Amino acid sequence: MIWKAFWAVVRRDLLLARRRKSEGLSAVFFFVVVAALFPLGIGPELNVLRNIAPGVLWVGALLSSMLALQRLFEADYRDGTLEQMAMSPIAMPLLIGAKMLAHWLVSGLPLVLLAPVLGLQFDLSGDALVTLTLALLLGTPILSLVGGVGAALTLGVRGGGVLLSLLVLPLFVPVLVFGAGAVEAQVSGLGVQAHFSILMAMLLPAVFFGPLASAFALRIALE
Amino acid sequence: MLTISNISCVRGHKPLFAPVSFSLKPAQALHLEGDNGIGKTSLLRIICGLSPADAGEVLWNGIALNRQHPEGVEAFRAALCYMGHNLSLKDELTAVENLMFDAQVAGQSLSYDKALDALQKMGLNNRAHLPLRVLSQGQKRRTALARLSVTDAKLWVLDEPFVALDAQSFDNLRALLANHVQQGGMLIYTSHQSVELSQSNGHAMNVLSVRLVAA
Repeated sequence: MIWKAFWAVVRRDLLLARRRKSEGLSAVFFFVVVAALFPLGIGPELNVLRNIAPGVLWVGALLSSMLALQRLFEADYRDGTLEQMAMSPIAMPLLIGAKMLAHWLVSGLPLVLLAPVLGLQFDLSGDALVTLTLALLLGTPILSLVGGVGAALTLGVRGGGVLLSLLVLPLFVPVLVFGAGAVEAQVSGLGVQAHFSILMAMLLPAVFFGPLASAFALRIALE
Repeated sequence: MLTISNISCVRGHKPLFAPVSFSLKPAQALHLEGDNGIGKTSLLRIICGLSPADAGEVLWNGIALNRQHPEGVEAFRAALCYMGHNLSLKDELTAVENLMFDAQVAGQSLSYDKALDALQKMGLNNRAHLPLRVLSQGQKRRTALARLSVTDAKLWVLDEPFVALDAQSFDNLRALLANHVQQGGMLIYTSHQSVELSQSNGHAMNVLSVRLVAA
């Protein structure tokens, strides 16, 4: 019964994303445009492009996930769905975790899948592209989970968008450092094991504490 | 049994209403009255555990609903169905989808046929598959109210359930509420209209009435 509720929330949010296409697509399109503008602006210096590629793609992913974060709880807060979740006999963190999973599937996974294509513009090698994709696969869920806590804390605050960025972007720094670092390590032949281990070590606590902390913050927002 | 003991609620350093106490047994209905802004909605939210009370406590079957009794809170939530001003409906989903997802979030399972049946009872038979944004305000409320006929919750807490309903739906809802109470359910509702719930033998049902007064 508990997992049925979990998957019901995931399915509902995916269905909603499919019916409000523009919302989900705008963040993904933003990522594509940002990543595409850099090679155009910098010119065809392959060495420079190769060097900046991991950083540019990661910052692009970070900013585009920020765009999507603001809407994570907004609609549910306004139409009362969050109240119903807070009063459900199913533990609220589980339902919030389901929302975060759906959010990642809509706004994080497309970035992971697009990254290798965009990486081609930066003349990244095949190995580097694989590393980039894997690093994003480990890193983007952290963005949704940690960002979700920020979204919950700033819910209902006027000008919450800016506050959310200020609150959450500093927390994304380690993910950015080790995510982009993984690709650089791969390119320079140092091996990526350590970077992936650290990303994983950030992901696991985020999976556990993210929904818990968000549910707590949301209960306060609902008062 | 639901017991409210000496609940008070402070907004902006001022108590909203004089401390209120009552208890509600199975097969009883309670009409919560009071002027605009006296705190009816606040009290209902406190009962449901959405906001904390500034004093007093809410007991469900003798167990105080607070952090010390997580099992008690869980049992209470399983028995609770709250409908406030926010209907928790999604404009992009159809009425049936809304109903089914809502039931699942509340930890219940609802088959497609049952959901359709419930909407039919509220007179939405040919609107069940339209996205909610094309429905009127009253039809949206009816969709939300259809939830009541499929929930197995014992305690219904309804904030102004009769608003924006036409005469037919008004009577439907009255019958639904009366039926719930007769089958041993509990009901708390607010309403500015006087609503008479009648028993199956035609007699008026005895509805408790609590009036909130300013502190």
